[in-house]
Amino acid sequence: MREVAVVGVGMTRFGVSENTNVEMFSEAAMEAINESNLEPKDIEALFFGNVFGSHEEGQANMAPFAVADIGVPNIPATRFEGACASGSVAVRDAFIWVASGYYDIVLAGGTERVLAMDTPAATRAFAMCSNSYYEGPAGITFPGVFAMLAHLYSHKYAIPLPKLKEQMAMVAIKNHHNGKLNPKAHFQATIRDLMEARIARATQRGQPVPTWADEMEFFRDIKVNPMIADPLQLYDCCPFTDGAAALVLASIDKARALTDKPVLVAGVGQCSAGSLADQKDYTQMKSRILSAKQAYTQAGIEPPDVDLCELHDCFTIAEIVAMECLGFFEFGQGSRAVARGETEIGGKIAINPSGGLKAVGHPIGATGARQIYEVVKQLRGECGERQVAGATIGMTDTLGGDAGTICNIILRRGW
Amino acid sequence: MEYKLTHKAYTAALRENRLLGLKCNACGGYTVPPKKVCIECAGEDLDIVELRGQGEIRTFTVIRVASEGFQAPYIVGIIELDEGPWLMGNIIGVNCDEATMDMIGRRVKLGHAVIPGDKFSAGERVATTFSL
Repeated sequence: MREVAVVGVGMTRFGVSENTNVEMFSEAAMEAINESNLEPKDIEALFFGNVFGSHEEGQANMAPFAVADIGVPNIPATRFEGACASGSVAVRDAFIWVASGYYDIVLAGGTERVLAMDTPAATRAFAMCSNSYYEGPAGITFPGVFAMLAHLYSHKYAIPLPKLKEQMAMVAIKNHHNGKLNPKAHFQATIRDLMEARIARATQRGQPVPTWADEMEFFRDIKVNPMIADPLQLYDCCPFTDGAAALVLASIDKARALTDKPVLVAGVGQCSAGSLADQKDYTQMKSRILSAKQAYTQAGIEPPDVDLCELHDCFTIAEIVAMECLGFFEFGQGSRAVARGETEIGGKIAINPSGGLKAVGHPIGATGARQIYEVVKQLRGECGERQVAGATIGMTDTLGGDAGTICNIILRRGW
Repeated sequence: MEYKLTHKAYTAALRENRLLGLKCNACGGYTVPPKKVCIECAGEDLDIVELRGQGEIRTFTVIRVASEGFQAPYIVGIIELDEGPWLMGNIIGVNCDEATMDMIGRRVKLGHAVIPGDKFSAGERVATTFSL
C-alpha cells in the first residue's frame, strides 16, 4: 500500500437541475480535473456512483457515457452502487486501486437527478434499498426507517419524545445555519429565514400572518411542518436534490508534483448489514461502528482527533445516532450534545459544517463525493465564513439503505 | 446446495398465518425470515420449524407519505418475537392518530396481508401484519 491523496475536487451547485446526470457529472469532473492541473487524458479510470439512473432517465450503464463526455471514451468506467453511500463506496474503491499501485491517477464521484422522479416515485425507488421481499411489502419508506429509530432512541434512553424532538430540531437549525454559508447548498437559508419568508408571503397575500414565538413553535406547527412519518416532520428530513461531485485521486508522488496542498486519504472503512429488523436495536449500528473502526485504525487516530465530520444526516435523528456510532459522543448523549451546541462550527467537533444532507441536499449517487469535497476544502482553509479554524483532520460518514452499507473516509492535511 | 426454506415456501405458510423459520442445530438460534445459514452462527445444519407468531412491539411509525402503490396513513413496526428474532410488519387494528409511545412493549399476534405486485416487484407480495 502506498499513500494516496486528493489533488482536486469539483461539484455542481446542488438543487433543482435541468441538466442530465452525465452533464452534471461532467461539470463536477472537469472542475476537479482542472483544479488538479491535469487533463482528462491523464485519468486512467473512473469509479462512478449512481443509484437510480434507470428510474430517473431510463439510463443504465451510465459510467461509459460519462467518460465519453469528457473525451476519454476508452478508459475503464465502472458504476458503484451502495444506495445513498454510492459516491463514498466508489471513492473507497478508487483509493484502494491507487494505493495498490495498479493506477496512479483516477477520477471518482457520482451524480443523481432525483427530481426527475416525482415524490411518490422517488419514495418508491428509495424504498427499493430496503429488503424488497421481507420489508418492502409493509410499505416501509426511508423516513419510516428513521422515524422508528427516533422512537427506539427515545424509549431506550428515556428521553421524552417532545424533548428529543426539540433536540432533533436543533440539528436542523444548525445545519441550515451552516448551509446558508455554503454557496453550493440547495437551501442557503436559516430556519429563521424560512419563517420570515412565510410571514412576508402571508402578509403580501393578505392571508393570516403566522405568529410563531420562536423556531420551536414553527417546528411544532404541522400546517407548515407536516408529519411525514411519526415523529418525523418535514424539516426533520433532507430534501430530494439533483447534483454531482467528483474528485481526482493520485499516488502521493504524483500528487506532490501536482499540488502544494495534497489532502491525504488517511484511512477508509466500509461495512455491511442485513435487513433492518435483523440488525435488531439499530440505535447502535454495527456496520457503522465497525466501518469507523477500520478507518480510525488505518489512520492511526482516535475520534477526539477529528476536527470536523461530514456525516449522514438524511434525517435529524440520523445525525444524532451517527455522532454516537462514530465515537464522538457516548451512546445516548448525542442529542444533549447538539442542544449544548457542541456540534456547531467552533464547538467540540464541527458536525456538517457544509450544512449536511439537510441543507446541501442529497443527490444520493453524489453525496459521498460531496462530503469529501467539503472536507478537502476545509482542510485547505477555503471555506470562508463556515471555515473550521485550524482543521487538520476531517472525516466523512455515508449510510446506504437502512445501514446496509456504511462507508467512512478520513482525510488529513498532507503539507 | 439446495436452499432449505425459500421465500416461496415461507410466504406460502405466511398466507395461512403460519410463521416458519429455521432452528440451528449448532447454536439453537432462530433465523426468520429465512437465510441460507444461521443468522447467529452461520451454521448450516438447520431445521424448518413453526414459530409461535407472537411477540412485543419494539418500535413503530405511522407512514403519512407513502411510496407509490401504498395508501397512507398506515403503521409499520418492528416486533421482537418470543423466540428472539426481530421482524418488520404492519401493525393493524390501531387508529393511526392513537399510535403513541405506549405501543412499545405491547404484545401482538402475527397475520398477513397480500399486496398486489407493481411494475418493479417480482409478482404478488405478502406482508406480515401484527394485531394487538
